[in-house]
Amino acid sequence: MTAQVITVTSGKGGVGKTTAVANLAVALAANGSRVVCIDGDIGLRNLDVILGLENRIVYDIVDVIEGRCRLKQAMIKDKRLPNLHLIPAAQTRDKNAVSASDMTRLTKDLRSECDFILIDSPAGIERGFKNAIAPADRVLVVTNPEVSAVRDADRVIGILEAEDKGPGSLIINRLNPSLVRRQEMLSADDVLDLLAIELIGIVPEDEGVLIGSNRGAPVALDLKSKAGEAFRNIARRLKGEEVPFLDLESGSSLWERIQKLAGRR
Amino acid sequence: MNETNSLIQIKGLRDGLLVSLNDAPWDEQLSALLSRVDATPSFFQGARLALDVASQVLKVDDLVALRDHLSERGIFLWAVISESPTTQQTAQLLGLATRISKPRPEETRQFAVEDLGEETALFLDRTLRSGVRIEFPGHVVILGDVNPGAEIVAEGNVIVWGRLRGMVHAGAKGNRQAVVCALDFSPMQLRIADEASAAMSPQTQSKPQIARINQFGNLQAENWSPA
Repeated sequence: MTAQVITVTSGKGGVGKTTAVANLAVALAANGSRVVCIDGDIGLRNLDVILGLENRIVYDIVDVIEGRCRLKQAMIKDKRLPNLHLIPAAQTRDKNAVSASDMTRLTKDLRSECDFILIDSPAGIERGFKNAIAPADRVLVVTNPEVSAVRDADRVIGILEAEDKGPGSLIINRLNPSLVRRQEMLSADDVLDLLAIELIGIVPEDEGVLIGSNRGAPVALDLKSKAGEAFRNIARRLKGEEVPFLDLESGSSLWERIQKLAGRR
Repeated sequence: MNETNSLIQIKGLRDGLLVSLNDAPWDEQLSALLSRVDATPSFFQGARLALDVASQVLKVDDLVALRDHLSERGIFLWAVISESPTTQQTAQLLGLATRISKPRPEETRQFAVEDLGEETALFLDRTLRSGVRIEFPGHVVILGDVNPGAEIVAEGNVIVWGRLRGMVHAGAKGNRQAVVCALDFSPMQLRIADEASAAMSPQTQSKPQIARINQFGNLQAENWSPA
């Protein structure tokens, strides 16, 4: 069996690409898949921190590409999930240390070894982004329900279409249902209306995500977290399961639910 | 197929030819390529050529010789694509491109048209996403949406069968009779000839509208109603 290469990208920075990669990776691995994540953000690496593997880095992706180590040596095994590995980015180099064909070759060598290869793309639409999407079989576009993030996602989708990577699938991250109800935030429908691509998940705003990132323990491992559940559902959809979308309404406060019942909204 | 042909593959690109070689010895490849060119000189005459040399390791001398051979035959070598870092470096040293990019949406699209008079129209049946700019010396018809961040500049009219949320400039060369219409008319910015206006008031309900310069010389959008 050969692995599927999935690149997570967004255009705009700070919308949760790295968080999404970390959470999908642990969710897939916890589900029994063999997963390798590659941090494509050379020079500004983060994925190792969010996965809590920072202190184990010896070799990185540039070392592999430039032949200073074997691929296996740069693969850091996760401390919780033995079938999850990370290939970290180099912190002391920049995007130019890697080319699109390097990425394609690297993933080609990995394909027979695992089920999913997740690539964390840097923000922007320049070289690092091009490198990250070059080997992708599938692209996930992360956006926030926010006008500027959606605009950038639209741009990225246009580029993906031009590069024959398909339009990609959409993750709407950090949706706040009560703000949407008060019409102070774009709703998932507003975002989909504009981007018009397949939706693969809606992740509600959840402070647990931030806490998990700081602790190096992605929230997808927390069975009580709503955001974690959303990421676990996306992981199942990536495996081809049909999973209904979360009912984010049920997270609303009692008073809001009463208002809703009373028909005031 | 003779042996010569099996060594090299030729493909048409948007703006030239892509010739792919394999890993056979370089001398053989070179002579195969040249004899192929000499067999059908008119096909190659004036071509922009990109060469994919697989993992061949080529030195400066090799590429210079190749470039000379090709230019003697009226072929312009502009790119050498290779898996070998040495060859890539060599190509870069000689000022050749080392990758061929596909047309990007952010590129300004200018469509060459023969002069068909004023009534030429460009028809696009897709959504224009952010970063796309369409310039056309006639009318533009879009079957799809024009998203925020997309731009259309037309010398004639612009018709959007979909949601218009980007920037539109109709009558760009000064035609004040030009109109812009859309099923859902909420452009980020609207220009007709030299009149410009910021976003029209956001639509609560999407209604087809048509915008033109009215008798007072101002931009005006009004609901479309069947006559």
